[in-house]
Amino acid sequence: MDILKQISESLQKGDHEKVAMLTSQAIEEKIPVKKILDEGLIAGMNVVGEEFKHHRIFLPSVLLAARAMYAGMDLIKPLMIRDNIPTIGKVVIGTIKGDLHDIGKNLVGIMLKGAGFEVIDLGNDVTPDRFVQAAKDEKADAVGMSALLTTTMTGMKDVIELMKSEGIYGKIKVIIGGAPVNREFAEQIGADSYAYDGMKAVEILKEYVKDK
Amino acid sequence: MRPTVEFLEEGLLERIVSEAIDILCKIGVEIHNKPVLEMLADHGADVRMDNYRATLTEKIINKALVSAPSSFKLYDSMGNEAVDLSEDNVNFTPGSAAINILDYETGKIRKPTTSDYIRYAKLMTRMDHIASQSTAFIPADVEAKISDSYRLFLSLLYCEKPVVTGAFTIDAFEIMKDLQLAVRGSGEELAKKPLTIFSCCPTSPLKWSDVTSQNVVDCAKYMIPVEYIAMPLAGFMSPVTLVGTLVQHTAETLSGLAISQLTNPGTPVLYGGSPAIFDVRYETTPMGAIETQMIDCAYNEIGKYLDLPTQAYIGLSDAKLLDAQAGLETSIGAILAALSGINNISGPGMLDFESCISLEKLVLDNQICGMTQRLIRGIVPKEDFPMIDRMEELLHEQHLLISDHTMKYLNEEHFMPSQTIDRANRSRYEEEGGLTLNQRAHQEAEEHLAGYKKPGLADDTVKDLVRLMEEEAKKYGMDKLPEREE
Ligand code: B12
Repeated sequence: MDILKQISESLQKGDHEKVAMLTSQAIEEKIPVKKILDEGLIAGMNVVGEEFKHHRIFLPSVLLAARAMYAGMDLIKPLMIRDNIPTIGKVVIGTIKGDLHDIGKNLVGIMLKGAGFEVIDLGNDVTPDRFVQAAKDEKADAVGMSALLTTTMTGMKDVIELMKSEGIYGKIKVIIGGAPVNREFAEQIGADSYAYDGMKAVEILKEYVKDK
Repeated sequence: MRPTVEFLEEGLLERIVSEAIDILCKIGVEIHNKPVLEMLADHGADVRMDNYRATLTEKIINKALVSAPSSFKLYDSMGNEAVDLSEDNVNFTPGSAAINILDYETGKIRKPTTSDYIRYAKLMTRMDHIASQSTAFIPADVEAKISDSYRLFLSLLYCEKPVVTGAFTIDAFEIMKDLQLAVRGSGEELAKKPLTIFSCCPTSPLKWSDVTSQNVVDCAKYMIPVEYIAMPLAGFMSPVTLVGTLVQHTAETLSGLAISQLTNPGTPVLYGGSPAIFDVRYETTPMGAIETQMIDCAYNEIGKYLDLPTQAYIGLSDAKLLDAQAGLETSIGAILAALSGINNISGPGMLDFESCISLEKLVLDNQICGMTQRLIRGIVPKEDFPMIDRMEELLHEQHLLISDHTMKYLNEEHFMPSQTIDRANRSRYEEEGGLTLNQRAHQEAEEHLAGYKKPGLADDTVKDLVRLMEEEAKKYGMDKLPEREE
């Protein structure tokens, strides 16, 4: 079987050791790094995403696949940097100031990483300053904000306002999530999108970075 | 005989508790609160300030268990006894802190307002089977920073029942305490007659934030009862097995008990929680899942074994509407909880993973609570032996509708549900409009609201409450509170 297909299938099975082994092999065979990423790792993860969406597999299998994804990524990352190949995208995520709920945000981070994104996780109780600074420093493609409290969701607007005054609004996409927010609220505060879970966030962010 | 249900056999219960104590004494808890860590260190805990970790000792845990009262009572705003949290007494209180309200007119959710809250509090005065109120949702038409205290303020103004509540920040405790002092008159009276219970949540696994640990401490200083709400999520933030989750829940709850009892021995507490299994398909925390409810009932057994009054978030539903799923999940939960003898059951009115309140559901759930209360009164003979005379009476009179025995025991033996529960024959049902459950519950809610009577708070007390709340609002830049109907 084609080695890229093997990578994809091992990833779907969550076999991180095999994915690492096969990725090394593919690198040795001089298969272009971009191809290993797109047709091996990400291709496998796309199948996993579909399977999960249709309840044919459950979250633990997705996380196993994500772990296998990291195993492959760890190996090709140095080569991507060497050859100036960007990751599919970079996302800064965090839970808004005053809010300590981070389970959902963490899960979104895992899903994004699993899909091949670079994720800068600022943790919880994150001030607007830190969101904006990190977005600028990291040259992020998107900022992802989480809020679980009625009392903290309004803090998302502060981040967006600061992005505006710092001149990065519109250039860096904003995606939000968490129990009290929804699509309408996202529109109201000027966020580019809302996602109800990690997989949805992957779907939306992939669309944003498609033309990169 | 009172019917009961039990999940933990004897040996297992002890093993869970001793395992939990082992975890506290070997791994310890992370507490992001220096004064609390220092206090624990003073009592012999091994504390590391750099990573906020306190390894407890058996001595600390035992001390906390000894000083925590095995029961306490809540008193309404008029000072009358309202809730008895002792032995296997079962009381209900609405689910709390919802984000949204399900709007009857549109059938859609929206952010609640002051006027919704007032309707809720008024309705609560008339929910006979729900002994206390809770600060059930967050009015969104006030500055976010006062929204936790504001709901307590409205609750106290419009309904006499004691309140299950909680603060969202460290600062909010102050005003929430002052509102209570205004009602009771003094700290001493408040300690003697608790008016509220504060929910304080550890963060699974084995962690306390500065906010929630400080809330525990501040409540203890005023002897304000606390309910510990640990939320291990089985399979995600705790072991997938129910037993493993119970061990973790026990450890987390005992760590909270230590904080409050070392701060002020004798502070009333509820051994509570809101654990859930984690749904690995939808990434949610189903409160209506049967396993979630089993964990709740089982930790109640542990709380009782430790001689503490108990609480659980059970008898609620993850449905989005007042549909069959809402009814079935709520009923299963309420019944299991009551059979287990959970002292304070937080659930009525709640949908959608504790995030949405429905007033119509509250009205329906009040009926479920009534039925459940009847259920646990069980089957007991009432002048039933010998029955020869009664049979002769029946054969002679052709019925027992007006028999003395019937007149004496009808109300005790048969729970009389409101018109929300449909018991009409089909023709009558159709003639009376063929209303859906949602419509009937709404109609009942409207009737209750029409019959509302204000609490008997003294005028000066009302003035004090309003002044305190207005001052608090001003601090956060709100010059005026939203209009309030009478
Ligand atoms: C677990 C939990 C906690 C845990 C949090 C542990 C942790 N490490 O995060 C603990 C116990 C610590 C906790 C504490 C509190 N909580 Co809490 N908590 C919950 C609960 C039950 C579940 C949240 C959760 O983890 N769900 C599972 C995850 C996987 O789902 P999720 O968070 O929704 O995330 C998913 C999506 O929303 C989305 N998503 C989330 N973030 C993001 C970000 C981006 C960028 C994207 C794209 C998507 C996305 O994707 C995620 C994956 O699918 C909710 C109930 C609820 N319905 O949400 C209450 C809830 C949010 N909590 C509530 C409250 C009141 C509190 C406290 C204030 C209680 C108190 N008095 O102490 C404190 C908060 C203190 C503070 N300042 O933050 C209320 C909120 C009320 C309100 N109107 O605002 C809720 C609704 C429960 C209730 N009714 O009381 N809580």
